[in-house]
Amino acid sequence: MSVPMVSAEGVHKRFGRLEVLRGITLNVDPGEVMCLLGPSGSGKSTFLRCINHLEKINAGRLMVDGDLVGYRQQGDRLHELRESEVARKRAEIGMVFQHFNLFPHMTAMDNVTCAPIRVKGIARETARARATELLGQVGLADKAGSYPVQLSGGQQQRVAIARALAMDPKLMLFDEPTSALDPELVGDVLQVMKQLAADGMTMVVVTHEIGFAREVADTVVFMDDGVVVESGPPAQVLGQPRHERTRAFLSKVL
Amino acid sequence: MSSPEVTSPAGRPDDIVAVPVRHPGRWVAAGVVVVIGAAIIRSIVTNPHFEWGIVGEYLFATPILEGLVVTLELTVIAMVIGVLFGVVLAVMRRSSNPLVSRSSWLYIWFFRGTPVLVQLLFWYNIAALYPKLGIGIPFGPAFVHPDVNSLITAFRAAVLALGLNEAAYMAEIVRAGMISVDEGQTHAAQSLGMSRLQTMQRIVLPQAMRVIIPPTGNETISMLKTTSLASTIAVAELLYSAQLIYSRTYKVIPLLIVASIWYIVCTSILYVGQYYLERHYGRGSSREVKARQWLKMENLSAPHDSGL
Repeated sequence: MSVPMVSAEGVHKRFGRLEVLRGITLNVDPGEVMCLLGPSGSGKSTFLRCINHLEKINAGRLMVDGDLVGYRQQGDRLHELRESEVARKRAEIGMVFQHFNLFPHMTAMDNVTCAPIRVKGIARETARARATELLGQVGLADKAGSYPVQLSGGQQQRVAIARALAMDPKLMLFDEPTSALDPELVGDVLQVMKQLAADGMTMVVVTHEIGFAREVADTVVFMDDGVVVESGPPAQVLGQPRHERTRAFLSKVL
Repeated sequence: MSSPEVTSPAGRPDDIVAVPVRHPGRWVAAGVVVVIGAAIIRSIVTNPHFEWGIVGEYLFATPILEGLVVTLELTVIAMVIGVLFGVVLAVMRRSSNPLVSRSSWLYIWFFRGTPVLVQLLFWYNIAALYPKLGIGIPFGPAFVHPDVNSLITAFRAAVLALGLNEAAYMAEIVRAGMISVDEGQTHAAQSLGMSRLQTMQRIVLPQAMRVIIPPTGNETISMLKTTSLASTIAVAELLYSAQLIYSRTYKVIPLLIVASIWYIVCTSILYVGQYYLERHYGRGSSREVKARQWLKMENLSAPHDSGL
C-alpha cells in the first residue's frame, strides 16, 4: 500500500461560529483525479484551501504525502510548523484559483518563472527554458511576453496552470478553474487539465463541470453542508446516485 | 431570429450636416479671463515695486543657490526617512500582534495631530528636555553620553521633524496601497511557497506602488515647500537665505520672488519625475502593447529558436 497523497480524517473548520467543514474523511491516492462537487457553500473550496494550509483546520487530521498539514507531531503533542516550513510544504502543492490570480505587473513568462527563481533558487536561464516549455504545453508559447490584462480569461487560467506546474508539484489543487470563464473558453482549460490527468498528475478539482468529472475523474465526491454525502467512481455517483441530496443537485446542474 | 441590418456601401446615407449649438456663455467667460489676465500681466510688467532688475541680480547669487541646495537636501533626506519609516509603520499597522499595530496607530495619531511647525520647534529645543543622550542597556548603564545640544543641530532638527512627521502621512498612503491589492494575490504567492517577506516585496508592494506613487509625488512637492518652515529655526535653506539678504538690503519683494521662482522650478521638475514613475509602475495595467514590450517579446523567442 502506498501512502495516500491526501488523507483527511474528520476534518472540521469553523469561521467564527459558522461550521463550514463538519468532519470530512477521504483519501486521494497518488495519480488519482478527484472531483469535488456540491452546491456553493458546501465547503468544497474551504477544504481545498485547508490542504495547502491557506486555512487552518480546527479539528481532525489532514495529511499530505504522509505529513501532517501545518503541524509536526512529537509524541502526543502537535507543534505548529514555522512559517518557512509551511511555505516549503506549499511549494510542493500547485494551486489554481477561480479568478486566476496572475500577478498583473509581470508578463506571462515572469509569472511562471518568479517562484522557481525566488523560492527554489533555480537559475534564471533554466527557469525560462522550462517556462517556455510549459507555456508551449498549455498552448501559449507566443504569449510569453504578454501581461495578464492582454490575455483572455482562458489564456490567463492556462498561464496560471503553467505557473503552478513550474514548481514541479506532486499534487495540483483546482478551485473552480472554469467558473469565471466565458463558455467558449472553458474547453481549452479543461483540455489542458485532461492532458495533465493523463500524464499521471494527482489532482483535486472543485468544479461544476459534470462532463469533465464524468470523463476524467477517478473518484467523484459529492459534498453538502460541510460533509461528504457520497463518493465513488463517476459512473456510480453521477449515474446512480444513492442519496436524495445528490440526485436533487444533479438534476439541477445537468 | 432576425439578422442585424447591414447597410450596403451604395446605400450609405450622407454625413449629417447640422447647425451647431451656440455657446455665448463660453465667449463671455473667455473674454473675462483675457481681460483679467491682461491686467495681471500689465501690473507685473509696469509696477516698479516688483524690481525685476533686483530679481535677476539675486536669482543666481551664491547664498541663494546655497540655500537651494540645503532645501533640496532637506527635502530628499526627509522624504527618504518618511517613505522608509512610513512603509515600516504601514506594515506594523497590519501586524496581527495588537501591541505592534496599536503602537503604529498611536504614532500616526500623534504626529498627524500636532502641527509640523510645533514639532520642528520641539526637536530644535529637545536638549531642554533631554540634555544628555545615553546609548547602552535599556534601564541599565550607558556607554556613550553624547551631548544633545551639539548633536541636534538646526539642520538635523529640521530633518527629524519633517521626516518623522512625513512618516505618519506616508504610512497611511502605503497602507491604502497595500489594501488596494487583491487578497488573491497574496494567496497565489503563498500557494507558490513564497515567504511573507517575498510576497510583500515581489507581489504586494510593486502593485501597491500604482496607488502609492501619485500621493507620494504630492507629498514630495508639499515637502519641498514645507522645508521653508525650517527658516524659523535658522536653517540656511532657500527662504532663510532670501530673508538674510532682504533684512540687510530691504528688498523684500524681489527676494521673495527669487525664492518663489526656485520653488516653482523645483516642483515643476518633480512633476516630470512623477510622470515617469507613474508610467513605470503602470506596467500591466493597460491592454495596449508598448514598443518596449515588443522588443522583449522578440528577445524571448530568439534564444528559443537558436537553442534547439
